[in-house]
Amino acid sequence: MTRILLTGNRAAAWGARLARADYLPAFPITPQTEIIETIGSWIDSGEMDCRMATLESEHSMITAAGAAAATGARVFTATSSQGLLYGMEMIYTVAGWRAPFVLVNVSRGLASPLTLEPDHNDVLATRDSGFLQIHCATCQEVLDSILMAYRLGEDARVRLPVIVNLDGFYLSFTREPVETPDPAAVDGFLPPYDPENVRFRASAPLSQAVVVLGGSPYSYFRYESHLAALNALEAHEEIAEEFARTFGRTYGALDTYRTEDAEIVFVMMGSFATKAREAVDRLRQAGRPVGCVRPRLLRPFPEEGLRRALAGKRGVAVIDQNISMGKGGVLYGELASALYGLGQAAPVLVSFIGGLGGRDISAEEFYEMAAVTRSAAEQGTAPPPRLLYTLDELREVRKLQAIAHVERQGLGEES
Amino acid sequence: MSETRFKRMKDLPSGHLLGSGTPMCAGCGGLEALHEIYDILGEKTVFVNAAGCMTLLSVYPFTPFRGSWLYTAMASAPAGAQGVRDALDILLQKGRMAPTDDLEVVVLTGDGAAYGMGLSATSGAIERGLDFLYVCYDNEGYGNTGQQYSGATPHGARTATSTGARGYPGYKKDLFSILAAHRPAYVATAIGAEPLDLARKVEQAKGLKGPRFIIALSPCPTGWDYDPKDTVEIGRLAVRSGVWPLKEYRDGKVTHTKIPGARLPVEDYLKTQGRFAHLFTPQRNEALLGEIQGRVDAYWQAVG
Repeated sequence: MTRILLTGNRAAAWGARLARADYLPAFPITPQTEIIETIGSWIDSGEMDCRMATLESEHSMITAAGAAAATGARVFTATSSQGLLYGMEMIYTVAGWRAPFVLVNVSRGLASPLTLEPDHNDVLATRDSGFLQIHCATCQEVLDSILMAYRLGEDARVRLPVIVNLDGFYLSFTREPVETPDPAAVDGFLPPYDPENVRFRASAPLSQAVVVLGGSPYSYFRYESHLAALNALEAHEEIAEEFARTFGRTYGALDTYRTEDAEIVFVMMGSFATKAREAVDRLRQAGRPVGCVRPRLLRPFPEEGLRRALAGKRGVAVIDQNISMGKGGVLYGELASALYGLGQAAPVLVSFIGGLGGRDISAEEFYEMAAVTRSAAEQGTAPPPRLLYTLDELREVRKLQAIAHVERQGLGEES
Repeated sequence: MSETRFKRMKDLPSGHLLGSGTPMCAGCGGLEALHEIYDILGEKTVFVNAAGCMTLLSVYPFTPFRGSWLYTAMASAPAGAQGVRDALDILLQKGRMAPTDDLEVVVLTGDGAAYGMGLSATSGAIERGLDFLYVCYDNEGYGNTGQQYSGATPHGARTATSTGARGYPGYKKDLFSILAAHRPAYVATAIGAEPLDLARKVEQAKGLKGPRFIIALSPCPTGWDYDPKDTVEIGRLAVRSGVWPLKEYRDGKVTHTKIPGARLPVEDYLKTQGRFAHLFTPQRNEALLGEIQGRVDAYWQAVG
């Protein structure tokens, strides 16, 4: 085992390399591009036995990925943001093919307005597609999750493609010490892909992805995919145990931090959860019993685990790095449905929207969220959802608006 | 055209590979062409399909194909072909698949995808030198949704979205030239009503490597508004009137494979189809008829 400094993107490339991915359909997009460049350079230097094809769009890229998986190859691909959405028709389509592969999404906020920096609206748009989703908080977790994702997707009980998500910039371009596991150990953990009967061979003709007539077969196959996704909870537990035995790192469906005796818990996904953990330590030093829960799996959604982790807590601050217009935070809604029916044991849920388009979340804001949540718990009612936004930020935006206004007026006078 | 085993009609395969009883319309010119193509390509094929009429060939749990099939989406069948071809090559190269299990990858698409939504994916596949055969059944409109006009619709045709007195105001896109401009291994136009010409072209394409294209004009009784029994006759008229030139591109050169000696007037072809009835009744639209004839004449003059 070697420990080297890797960006999240290079850690993702290492995941694909150690998984011995056969095929990389690719298309460049910021902040993902470093992944395909890295793998491309390994292919060119002979360090990785993989074939790369640059398609002319993400729609085609995801089609090629699904088609190659449906032929029996182990496939890796990656995208971000607008690219993920450009390929969205195929995200839903290939999930139903039941031909597993791994897609790394490097999260980036969606237009409009256009931005390069991260939030989770891109990956959450695939929530109901049939892809499983693993959300990562560190570069090490990116590499490890890719290895686990192949095991999970290829598991006979599951057979679904998997998205491994990392945050653009905060992880994609941040170097962290990462252990690259011994290839032989990875081979032991992750055997070669067995396509079973989903493949194309002259001696075994097969029609895949055909039309059905009527709602009855349609409902059957759709629900079968849902059940397969649910099976991934149990499969993930087994795979995580084996991963821990082999590599000494443990990844549950939930990453819980100092929650046992916590009264107030932060719930959030992705790399910003590491900021929440830091805040938990500080709050604990100040005598506040606070903890943090980070769902690593979003699909399947670990409802039972969340109930176990959060039942009996006084308050939960759900911090959504996304926004569903006209509803609010997506994770908040997911969590509320998971905790519904807990009765007396149900914590008060307080919804915060933060970190949109890479906007940072400061330690002070975590302290404030903890305080607001504690007071909501004491009063027994939750305040309305709140956007994390400071007066300084508002002042800055007002300045930009003033400049825009003046410039437009100026042009008007000149013309 | 080089050496062929198809010299006379009796050289064509007598056994037919594609099963019957599909949901295609009676008299479907696309199915006619596909039958002829499949007889020559054979069952060691995987058809990668784009959304269109022929998506309904394989409806769970039935298929008329003896070989394999993958439905993709409307825009990206060539990318699906890329994924299948690449995966087959990888598995062959890594010894994870017997060479006898290899397959010819065939895209099957209508004109809606070929002339429009799928054009970018097709261009990309040629750019990458993908080794595949691409079959477009061109019925000159979005047939499966009730014949709205597409980029393949001829000037003046009535469609579900061009019902006025002048019909479709646009002009049929020259897909043959667009594809040939990419310099792929092979491009041909064909039609089911000329089975010998079609068989030779499939034979040619089958013998080559790289991107290969066959655009088959596909008379469509429901979309073109004629009696299904007339499909073959209308197909022949399309060729004999010069409306649908039969040609092929190879090694940078375009060759016409069947030059109509004495070209029939275009209106002999137009008159057979309800979609052009407004050119003749209540009175003849001489200007439009003249324009259509003029374009066909100009084409043949230009090719000498």
